[in-house]
Amino acid sequence: MAGVTFEHVSKRFEDTTAVDDLTMVIPDREFLVLVGPSGCGKSTVLRMLAGLETITGGEVKIGDRVVNHVPAKDRDIAMVFQSYALYPHMSVYDNMAFSLTLKKMPKAEIKRKVHEAAELLGIEALLGRKPRQLSGGQRQRVALGRAIVRDPAVFLFDEPLSNLDAKLRVQTRAEITKLHQRLGTTFIYVTHDQVEAMTMATRIAVLSAGRLQQLGTPQEVYAEPTNVFVAGFIGSPATNFFRGVVRDEGEGMSIDTGDFKLRVNPGRQAPLKDYIGREVIAGVRPEHIHDAAYQPADTETDELDVQVDVTEMMGNESLLHLVAGQSKLLARVDPRTKARPGEPLRIAIDTTELMAFDPETELALR
Amino acid sequence: MASRTMNNSVPAAEERPAAGGRLRGLLARMPLHLVLLGFMLLWSLPTIALLVSSFRAPQEISASGWWTALTPPWDFTWNNYDAVLNQRGMGRAFINSLLITVPVTFLVLLVAAMAAYAFAWMQFPLRNTLFLVMVALLVVPLQMTLIPVLRLYTQLEIDAEMPIIGGRIFGTNSYAGIWIAHTAYGLPFAVYLLRNFFGALPRDLFESAYLDGASDVRVFFRIVLPLSMPALAALAIFQFLWVWNDLLVALILLGDPDMAPMTLRITNLVSSFGSQYQLLTAAAFVSMAVPLVIFFALQRYFVQGILAGAVKG
Repeated sequence: MAGVTFEHVSKRFEDTTAVDDLTMVIPDREFLVLVGPSGCGKSTVLRMLAGLETITGGEVKIGDRVVNHVPAKDRDIAMVFQSYALYPHMSVYDNMAFSLTLKKMPKAEIKRKVHEAAELLGIEALLGRKPRQLSGGQRQRVALGRAIVRDPAVFLFDEPLSNLDAKLRVQTRAEITKLHQRLGTTFIYVTHDQVEAMTMATRIAVLSAGRLQQLGTPQEVYAEPTNVFVAGFIGSPATNFFRGVVRDEGEGMSIDTGDFKLRVNPGRQAPLKDYIGREVIAGVRPEHIHDAAYQPADTETDELDVQVDVTEMMGNESLLHLVAGQSKLLARVDPRTKARPGEPLRIAIDTTELMAFDPETELALR
Repeated sequence: MASRTMNNSVPAAEERPAAGGRLRGLLARMPLHLVLLGFMLLWSLPTIALLVSSFRAPQEISASGWWTALTPPWDFTWNNYDAVLNQRGMGRAFINSLLITVPVTFLVLLVAAMAAYAFAWMQFPLRNTLFLVMVALLVVPLQMTLIPVLRLYTQLEIDAEMPIIGGRIFGTNSYAGIWIAHTAYGLPFAVYLLRNFFGALPRDLFESAYLDGASDVRVFFRIVLPLSMPALAALAIFQFLWVWNDLLVALILLGDPDMAPMTLRITNLVSSFGSQYQLLTAAAFVSMAVPLVIFFALQRYFVQGILAGAVKG
């Protein structure tokens, strides 16, 4: 068991920089999820840690040991691949036993370990089968089992759920979380799916364009995103952004987008003091825009009139595409809403959740 | 949520259309099947003619077409086969053919597979350039190399008796010599074919094996070779047939009649007995027997999708 440390790690492929100056400390037993859009470098980070990719600069440590030049097999890690990468010509048992056989472990012990892992995953009945006789979910478990038998210090997962159907994915998500609690080992998990990140992680590292954008608990990256990218990437549907000028007149501070004015909650005014008369980027999550007729009782809101463009009824909630002048908003509202396409609607925006960012640096103002 | 979902349930049982549908399907495909059948007959006609002729007496062969033998009265005879198999040296020629072909096939597969693995999965300087040179060798006609090879072999000759199998240790009239020549002629294509096959194996499998602690040697023997059986079998059949059917290289490098393979011996049948057409037909069939056995033994690997289940669902 061990933590993992990245110190100023970078990776360049010829003239493109895949990972740029990544510094990140992952304590022992953490479930860290690396999340970001495709091409953001998250898989490269994982592969550098696994030893499948050389490190251009900086240091990677597993525990206290610098592993930059340690071969993959000696890093005490196990990896679950997106494609599962099971050996197609070997039985499930042989797939799981392969690494132990190479370590020259006694046969009886290999048998015990494989059966132990198979029992944990509920795949004992499949041990004699070949991968091609298994369903996707079963293959996924075998891939997990192959990692478990090795008793690694760190488990690495490279989008392990991408090839499963939606239902199985939800189920396996919970199982991997349970596995983490049971094994008490460091898990590092790569995904492009922010739902997976939010539901499984103890901490999330959001990457974009090879740079670490934010490292924090799911609650932190959701509620206090450090920049526009994180605010837009985490949360579904994505945050609404508007450019507007900060004004401080008569009735209090507000952000004027030209199409409408958003009142700034007194609790959120301090960081905006320096921006009075200047432009900022305001962000409002769809779930913080309510139909004024059905707004929750205990929130501080600012109401405004908009035009309904499209409605999407989901049963438990409704998604409303709204138009206010040139601005477009997406709102996730109470399903009892009377909003109809083409008709006007009064909405209430939760001002305590209003986010603001510097227009140049795109960093959060707080 | 990602839209990339894939149904990974147990592979659906083959769909069974209703009896009427099946009949309609059969009728729809009938023209195609007829055309295929026609081509098949056309292609195998010469072989069938050869087979029929090989069981006919010499005077019949010269008097009437082979197809007349298909209608009664049938009078087929084993005489031709008797004559060929009891021909002086024919048994030895058969053994010689095996002695040349089997080691060459094995050598080509082994060397080519190792080279192909390196070209496909190992990092070393000039990898692509070397591979290009290798592929470029495909265009060099074998005939161009005969004289240089012959001269080289006379210079490098080790004129001592090879134990057990006979012939010189090395040079002309040596088995080692012809093994190396045939192997060299076979390698460019073999490396090319296998490299492409190995290169198409999923990268994840190799990475997974490296993480599991496997060395290159072990990955080669435990992962690559078992997964490449279809390609290796195909190559083995090709290589076996090329060497088995070779006349030219044997003619140049093996002058000693005691070392001559079947092809050489059969050609000599024609020249030494004039046009003994009936003997030629039987000899050709004897010579075809072994490749046929090899083909039928390995053909299941062609159709076996051994890679199914490697990755994803």
